[in-house]
Amino acid sequence: MRVLKTQTLEVDQIRKDFPILRRRVHGKRLVYLDNAATSQKPRSVIRAIADFYNKHNANPHRGVHQLSIEATEAFDSGRKKVVSFINASAFEEIVYTRSATESLNLVKYAWASHHVRKGDLIVLTIMEHHSNMVPWQLLAKEVGARLEYVGITPDGTLKYDEFDALMDQSPAMVAFTHCSNLLGTINDAARLCSSARRAGAVTVVDAAQSVPHMQVDVQKMGCDFLALSGHKMLGPTGIGVLYGRKKILQEMEPFESGGDMIKSVHLSGAEWNDLPYKFEAGTQNVEGAVGLAAAIDYLDSLGMDRVRRHEQELTAYALERMRGVPGITVYGPKEASKRGGVISFNLGDIHPHDLASILDEEGVAIRSGQHCAQPLTESLGLSATTRASFYVYNGRDDVDALMNALSKARRIFCL
Amino acid sequence: MSSDIYRELILDYYRNPRNFGKLDPHDIDFKDSNPLCGDEIEMQVKVSPDGKMEDVKFIGKGCAISQASASMLTELAKGRPLEWVKELSRADILKMLGTSDLGPARIKCALLSMKVLKSGVYAYLGAALDESADH
Repeated sequence: MRVLKTQTLEVDQIRKDFPILRRRVHGKRLVYLDNAATSQKPRSVIRAIADFYNKHNANPHRGVHQLSIEATEAFDSGRKKVVSFINASAFEEIVYTRSATESLNLVKYAWASHHVRKGDLIVLTIMEHHSNMVPWQLLAKEVGARLEYVGITPDGTLKYDEFDALMDQSPAMVAFTHCSNLLGTINDAARLCSSARRAGAVTVVDAAQSVPHMQVDVQKMGCDFLALSGHKMLGPTGIGVLYGRKKILQEMEPFESGGDMIKSVHLSGAEWNDLPYKFEAGTQNVEGAVGLAAAIDYLDSLGMDRVRRHEQELTAYALERMRGVPGITVYGPKEASKRGGVISFNLGDIHPHDLASILDEEGVAIRSGQHCAQPLTESLGLSATTRASFYVYNGRDDVDALMNALSKARRIFCL
Repeated sequence: MSSDIYRELILDYYRNPRNFGKLDPHDIDFKDSNPLCGDEIEMQVKVSPDGKMEDVKFIGKGCAISQASASMLTELAKGRPLEWVKELSRADILKMLGTSDLGPARIKCALLSMKVLKSGVYAYLGAALDESADH
């Protein structure tokens, strides 16, 4: 067997940990290149979820019985793993949510709607996923705030000078993505946060595309809030995380209300629970937290620096191979060092949906469309793009399979 | 679905769509899109005094299947009575495209033009769109 070893990760070994990669699609080996949408799950994650239900299931935080103690322990130890994975400074700073989308909405409802006022400025970027754009558009409409979008250069780099100029207008808040889910552009989050902080703005970072793929340190980054998604980092769906600086979380009102988020309830009112439970109303997604913890263990065993190097190497290889394809247009930064493992492109006049169908027949799973970034797609003068995105189990053979499938598409469309 | 759908004929209609453009004057004008794919079709029809589709044109953007389907449908509809649209079915569209099945992900692309034509004609006739005829 050919050894698929990059300088960084042993893809052959890693693939053995992902049962789904054994299946065939339309009689072909599954070449899964839709990782920016969701990642596949290693056996250890699937097993951790099954183990929780087979051995420990109970409602955490409520009971004194043995199973409840174990469920509480599983839930809280999972949280500790998230704390160290993104280097938060305290247990209280990690709030479980359903998704990165819910994390961002939590910030909107529990912080922004109480602090952003009429006439205030909200700064976003044009490269935001809808989930980090629509909540702020709604907020601006509700309170009468102003929205400004920082643009991008032709190669998909954020216009830092435009961002800095907007900081002179003392915005109330700034929300931006750490890594674009369409262009792959990695934004200098530390620089943006420091510039925003000097201007007195609260910073909200969408890290759904960065935390799964590179070392993220919230203290070094200096953000106030950071949202991440479990299912994009080998974990299950239905679990996300909001990181918030302790001081700002303490001052905030609750998000949803009900059980578990209260300390005491009287007929005249209620007192909120301590952090982070104040923001976690109702019985929580314990299996999700357990699955996410197992995913973090898996990623830690690989090492996030190696994960990043592996993806960068693979992206460089794919970009190089794509350069040789007649009629292809690749969007985003030219250098792999400035982008995550996400490559959006168009091939001749083949519509991305047609291309996706042809690739699917070859077992190659990619995404086509606007990738929940319609304003960005339109700003590029496009109606849709095709996107390939990589993860730890992808190797050069996957890129080769993509390239062969693209050749087939060119033949079918007589390009 | 199989990529066999992308035969020369479909590609020809995609690249050289017949009846592409606006119709002025027109009696029917209807536009719809497929939000999942971003396919867009607008159809305009000129109705003759005896209730026939004297001329049919479309504009749109999207995948080869949606655009070829719209173009072929304008040709198929031209000269036929408005009532004919009521009988138009999913099977007719698949036959027109020369395929038996497109699979759940792409069938909506193929059927968008039929949905637009039906909606336009039904609105013109003052009748409610019969959803069941879509399926």
